[in-house]
Amino acid sequence: MSTITTDDVRHLAQLSSLQLSDDEVENLRVDIANILGYIDQLNTLDTSGVTPTYQVTGLENVWRDDIVQSSGTTREALLDIAPDRDESSVKVPKVL
Amino acid sequence: MSASITEIAALVTSGKKTARQHVEEAIEKARSNASYNALLAIIEDRALKRADEIDTRVQRGERVGILAGVPFIAKDNYLVYGAPTTAASNILEQFQAPVQATVIEKLEAAGAICIGKSNLDAFAHGGSTENSAYGVTLNSHDTTKVAGGSSGGSAVVTALDIVPFALGSDTGGSIRQPASFNGVVGYKPTYGMVSRYGVVAMASSTDCMGCFAQNSEDAAIVMGVIAGRDAKDMTTLPDYFTKATRDARHYRIGLIKETMNDDVDEEVRNATRVYVERLRSAGHTVDEVSLPLAPLALAMYYIIVPAEVSSNLARYDGVRYGRRATGIETLAELYGRSRDEGFMTENKRRIMIGSYVLSSGFFDAYYLQAQKARTLLMHQFDELFENYDMLITPTAPTPAFGIGDNIANPVQMYLSDVMTVPASLAGIPAMSVPAGLSKDGLPIGVQLISKMRADADLLGLAIDMEHLL
Repeated sequence: MSTITTDDVRHLAQLSSLQLSDDEVENLRVDIANILGYIDQLNTLDTSGVTPTYQVTGLENVWRDDIVQSSGTTREALLDIAPDRDESSVKVPKVL
Repeated sequence: MSASITEIAALVTSGKKTARQHVEEAIEKARSNASYNALLAIIEDRALKRADEIDTRVQRGERVGILAGVPFIAKDNYLVYGAPTTAASNILEQFQAPVQATVIEKLEAAGAICIGKSNLDAFAHGGSTENSAYGVTLNSHDTTKVAGGSSGGSAVVTALDIVPFALGSDTGGSIRQPASFNGVVGYKPTYGMVSRYGVVAMASSTDCMGCFAQNSEDAAIVMGVIAGRDAKDMTTLPDYFTKATRDARHYRIGLIKETMNDDVDEEVRNATRVYVERLRSAGHTVDEVSLPLAPLALAMYYIIVPAEVSSNLARYDGVRYGRRATGIETLAELYGRSRDEGFMTENKRRIMIGSYVLSSGFFDAYYLQAQKARTLLMHQFDELFENYDMLITPTAPTPAFGIGDNIANPVQMYLSDVMTVPASLAGIPAMSVPAGLSKDGLPIGVQLISKMRADADLLGLAIDMEHLL
């Protein structure tokens, strides 16, 4: 199940928005194959009819009042930590 | 033996020793131990300012709080004012938090003072603090060994007695394993007992905020301050934990036999057996029990956690905050290069494994299968807790391993979490307590595990066992 090619790694990198170097692709291919080889052992377990667990405490529908509250910071402080800004906007390269 | 948290706060509150003196001493000690590389930043200006405020309030006769003037250090994935929050990564190298973590706010309200940020595996991915963008942290007992991880820096500063307590985060053992490697107490609460707000997210369904301390009494005091429902973290449980006190009740305790097999270092098994005998001498019943799925828990963990990691780390895109790659022309290149330069290799492994197990065609075989297996694991814990109050295991299969020993073999590195991940997947409280030294002088820890929300019982037992030493 866990035969991983360099093309698979490049596809995963693309899904993960990671622009990897060629060296990284080969090293990660080996690592990922080893990790998948380890986690594959879980397939030996019979889980038919079992409900999956996504959270452990059973809390559901935790409501709060729909009122505006201070978030403890400001618009200016959040813009200030952007790597590049232009007045009230965050700057990015051309999208289209 | 150094001063306890209660003693430090009493000295400050009575005016016998100022908060400023405590903070200055802690910072001096941090600087003189810089060679361990346990700290990524010292917060001096803000800490001294806060110390002076506390001393002024004491002089005026005001009540300051049960942690008055107590210095502490936070793992560098907690958002704290006064220093960058890097998560030991390049991508957050200069990140100045615009808000503080709820845990920090609560500690400050009780009078505690954060004097620094500790090293970790970047984004808390790792078991050795070798995956930091800012260098390896050295073990407190042997500088050729790893500190453990991911909260290695916090374990080391506690063991070196720079501060009486330090904060960590524990997703699969990141507090308990380094606590065992450095001979201190490490506490992971029930999932949801402590707010995760303002801590860099790793795997949201198992991330727990806890602490390191030199003894269980101090750990219980800290947990009492940071526990509680938080409107900013909707997964927090309604308030149930305020304090734990010495508890002389006699418990039924199960020693999980799957964690005592031949793969586990013999000295670690012996130390665990010695601790079991001490429990028996104290009047507790200890039986060998079975948690049949324990050996498969690590495989579940390394499916579920990378899946959540890949989702949580999608936000680091070089756009709104954090480091942005330079010389780029397109938005796709901005994302791809910023993330490639900003993440460590282990971050990339986990993100990509997560993308793999969540991708169509593999989702059922990996992610869904792991979440079903998790249900079965939780059922096995429930069955054990029908007859037992607590469980005991070694905290890690070995004492601290050598720096560099496992770095080229990620699966071998993951195996150091094999004892700690079952409690993480089940969301139940667990702690590591010191259980002696190996013949080479390396600390060994044992792990005590209890039922959901039985944090006060767990800490109470640990406190009692320390009094009996």
